[in-house]
Amino acid sequence: MTPSHFVALAVVLFVIGAVGVLVRRNAMVIFMCVELMLNAVNLAFVAFARQHGNLDGQVIAFFVMVVAAAEVVVGLAILMAIFRARRSASVDEANLLKY
Amino acid sequence: MTGSLAAAHAAAAPVTTTLPAVGVQRAAWLLVAFPLAGAAILLLGGRRTNRWGHVVGVAMPLAAFGFAVVAFIAMLSYPANQRSRVLTLFTWIHVARFNVPVGLQLDQLSICFVLLTTGVGSLIHIFAVGYMSHDPERRRFFGYMNLFVASMLLLVLADNYLVLYVGWEGVGLASYLLIGFWQYKPAAAVAAKKAFVANRVGDAGLSVAIMLMFAVFGSVTFAGVFGQAGKASQGVVTALGLLLLLGACGKSAQLPLQSWLLDAMEGPTPVSALIHAATMVTAGVYLIVRSGPIFDLSPNARLLVTIVGAATLLFGALISCAKDDIKKALAGSTMSQIGYMMLAAGLGPAGYPFAIALLLAHGFFKAGLFLGAGSVKHEMNDEVDMRRLGGLRKVMPITYVTFFICYLAIIGIPPFSGFFAKDTIIDVAFGKGGTSGAILGTAALIGAGLTAFYMTRVMYMTFAGERRWDPDAHPHEVPPIMTSPMILLAIGAVGWGGFEILGDRLAHFLGPVTGYVPPEPAIFSASGIAALVLAIAGVALGWAMYGRRPVPVVAPAARFPVTAARRDLYGDTFNESVLMRPGQWLTRLSVYFDNRGVDGLVNTLAATVGGTSGRLRRVQNGFVRSYALSMFIGAVLLVGAFLLVRI
Repeated sequence: MTPSHFVALAVVLFVIGAVGVLVRRNAMVIFMCVELMLNAVNLAFVAFARQHGNLDGQVIAFFVMVVAAAEVVVGLAILMAIFRARRSASVDEANLLKY
Repeated sequence: MTGSLAAAHAAAAPVTTTLPAVGVQRAAWLLVAFPLAGAAILLLGGRRTNRWGHVVGVAMPLAAFGFAVVAFIAMLSYPANQRSRVLTLFTWIHVARFNVPVGLQLDQLSICFVLLTTGVGSLIHIFAVGYMSHDPERRRFFGYMNLFVASMLLLVLADNYLVLYVGWEGVGLASYLLIGFWQYKPAAAVAAKKAFVANRVGDAGLSVAIMLMFAVFGSVTFAGVFGQAGKASQGVVTALGLLLLLGACGKSAQLPLQSWLLDAMEGPTPVSALIHAATMVTAGVYLIVRSGPIFDLSPNARLLVTIVGAATLLFGALISCAKDDIKKALAGSTMSQIGYMMLAAGLGPAGYPFAIALLLAHGFFKAGLFLGAGSVKHEMNDEVDMRRLGGLRKVMPITYVTFFICYLAIIGIPPFSGFFAKDTIIDVAFGKGGTSGAILGTAALIGAGLTAFYMTRVMYMTFAGERRWDPDAHPHEVPPIMTSPMILLAIGAVGWGGFEILGDRLAHFLGPVTGYVPPEPAIFSASGIAALVLAIAGVALGWAMYGRRPVPVVAPAARFPVTAARRDLYGDTFNESVLMRPGQWLTRLSVYFDNRGVDGLVNTLAATVGGTSGRLRRVQNGFVRSYALSMFIGAVLLVGAFLLVRI
């Protein structure tokens, strides 16, 4: 298990997350995909920190987790509000704010 | 007489010292206050004063005239060189070095104008009571007339150029209001505007002259300016002279600002009489004579004054020869007579007293002629075309006789006043010597002949011959309130010229102000006899053309010189083609440049920004996933760029 394996896994996870964000309509699934991307990045940070024997990457992983948690709190609240108003969680239908 | 002559000569070298006013002259402000109060009462009082307004309107100028006579008698009691009195009323402007007191200067020159303006002005006011009796706006008319007289009095009484300018502008305003008095007639409204605009051109000259005086001398009072004029450079003095001449040309309707005067006949006839005899057009002559110390230092400016005068006297006379409108014929005649005065004023101290002499004499006979024309117009249902008049001698005997006396006066038949006043000017013009003297004198002589011709034409077409009247016209003699001013003016037209010229009375009286007493002019000098012969020839020609054979009711077709004179010698055409049209082109060009150039640039820029942003905002389509896609693409591009740069 070399660090390059972890990085490869992180890339795979990130791409899955990114594609999910772009192709899925359900806001819940998009959230999960965003989490997937964040955790892929965390994995890469930790892997590189381990490789270089440097704790900076690990510290940043904690920061990312905290930010992700906060983002989920706000995001889910918005999602709830939209769902109550429209009876739907599709992001394509929440398109009132436009030109 | 020799004693006073010596005194006048002694006082002549410097301008006489001015003393503070004492005694009755301390109340000289009443001269302006009376008519101004009349104007205020009539114009602010509104319709409440309709019933008795004309009484106030006549009483105020009469009161001013009464006071002017008292002040004149007081002046005569002083020695000749102490007659110039200044009454400082209050300080108007006092800023640092710039100090303008409002002061009135009563001296020999200003008292002449005061007596003329109030005296002849009062007679015209009395005439107007009858003339305007059917006009519902008579009260407003008298208000404006009083304003006119008050402005003119302020103009001639001011002891500095700035206060003079106030009166100058007041005269311009009052003339505008009065020429356009019947403003519902488009012709009257246009004529008023034209007079106002032409006067503004002249006023610009005077105002620049005042600014120049302050810049160079640091003073705008007569005493301050004339005292230092000798120290100024020749260029400054000449510039001042030319600017003052421009101002005088505007007010006095001299070339090239003459075009407003003929159109100004659209106003009621008493206004024409007031403008032509007592106020307004005499202001230019006053300005030139009053500013004599400046002109004395600049021979070039003075020469130009004489040229303007000579050109205008011929110009006006030629126009008069072809006009069928009786008032316009008289208006051209005024232009011509003022030309004589300007010519005399341009000849320097030798000519000043004669300019004033003709001005005063002209005040009588021209007012008489205009009031006569007003009577005719009044009785003939406002008909002014002389081809539709004729034969009025029997019907309106008093008007006819007074008009005839004024006619004899203006064409210079001895012993009527025009003979003395005009022939001395011709004498002085020839007396200038050299080529210029000969040319100016010849022009004045020709003008005398033309005057006789066109006035004879007016006489025959109006009062003699068969009756070519409108069938509805039933003329009678006008009431006494209109005939009595005409009779008084006719008396003045008979005697005044001889009184002021014989024995050099006016020249001696004015000597301390004009700075020089010319030798007594020879009556029946060679040029005087030449002028008389030419005048008789003019009368004969007028009789041959208009007295001997019937006058056609429709003006016959005519060839070049007559058609030109009928169209004011192309004065309006000139103004239109040289000033108006190019001005319109300029405005059109600048409007085009503004619309297409300045606005075009700005509008193109705005349209570009607006159009671009209109297309760009389509990107904000509301689909979250497309935003996410663009963020991804952006991030990929950024990362790619970083990698590319590092490699």
